[in-house]
Amino acid sequence: MNDTQRIITVAVIALATAITRFLPFIVFPEGKKVPAVIMRLGKILPYAIIGLLVVYCLKDAVFTSFHALPELISIAVVVLLQKWKKNMYLSMISGTVLYMVLVQLVFKG
Amino acid sequence: MKRKALKAAFPYTIPIMIGFLFMGFSFGIHMKGEGIPVLYSVFMSVLIFSGSMQFVAVGVMTAAFDPVHAFLLTLMVNARYLFYGIPMLEKYGGTGLKKPYLIFGMCDETFTINCSVTPPEDVDKDWFMFFVTILNHIYWITGSTLGAVAGSFLKFNTTGIDFIMTALFTVMLVNQWEEQKDHVPALIGIFGAILCLFVFGADSFMIPAMLLILASLSLLDFSREKKLKAAAITDGKDGEKNE
Repeated sequence: MNDTQRIITVAVIALATAITRFLPFIVFPEGKKVPAVIMRLGKILPYAIIGLLVVYCLKDAVFTSFHALPELISIAVVVLLQKWKKNMYLSMISGTVLYMVLVQLVFKG
Repeated sequence: MKRKALKAAFPYTIPIMIGFLFMGFSFGIHMKGEGIPVLYSVFMSVLIFSGSMQFVAVGVMTAAFDPVHAFLLTLMVNARYLFYGIPMLEKYGGTGLKKPYLIFGMCDETFTINCSVTPPEDVDKDWFMFFVTILNHIYWITGSTLGAVAGSFLKFNTTGIDFIMTALFTVMLVNQWEEQKDHVPALIGIFGAILCLFVFGADSFMIPAMLLILASLSLLDFSREKKLKAAAITDGKDGEKNE
């Protein structure tokens, strides 16, 4: 990509991101009553979306020769650390360092 | 009024400051490692302000030029923001000139604070949410700028550093799991996504997965509402009036 193409790409990504953030506020402007079912869905959706996002992060790794094994090991460590110490940055940084060691030294494809 | 709101907001953003400096730094290093100039890291963090998307964008920017693909990919990766807006409709209502910026800056972490924290009564709620948003934005820009600049000097293998994003989502999942007694929505999200991943493949599973999740949650909501109404009627109350 040259610079013009890169700038267009950044602009397109920024625009699409803004669309996803603004759309609900455009569809339901202030003063317009939001249907009760939408409000209830808004309360339970975040829980489902995070689950989807974790799977999203593994989408390519699942189909490689290691079948996401280094990812699953690191995720297990993140989960256990978070349940035990409840310090999100300790969990995140430990999991990431472990993952980097695993993919750089142990699971070399 | 502003000072008080800033003072109330800052403590809530300290953990995000640590995380964003580190994640932004990782992003900057990753960008630099792919040979993309520092200024891009800065402007992407100002204009996009979405950690997960910016990591994905590094791959997009090193591939062949395809703005339509970039647009659709962004909509898919960031589709969750569509859902964030719904619980925030009320909270961001009536914030006037601050509203566009509050919405623009609604990343995962800012959403989490503004959605769940109620500032003390003597603090202006609108300014509080504004400062949460702008402080997080500043941390993110600072982290990615530092990372991109330092990336020119650091000579270590950064393969796997993008796992920080997976780790962040995993931590959020664990936290929500512990806070919430009702695990059905989270399980629907995880297993709906896994099912669609194997049926549709890595490149095209996000949209079907989102539709499946939305349909399953609607069905869940419908059956629960029905039960609630049935229970209200057997209790001798009028289910409609209690809504």
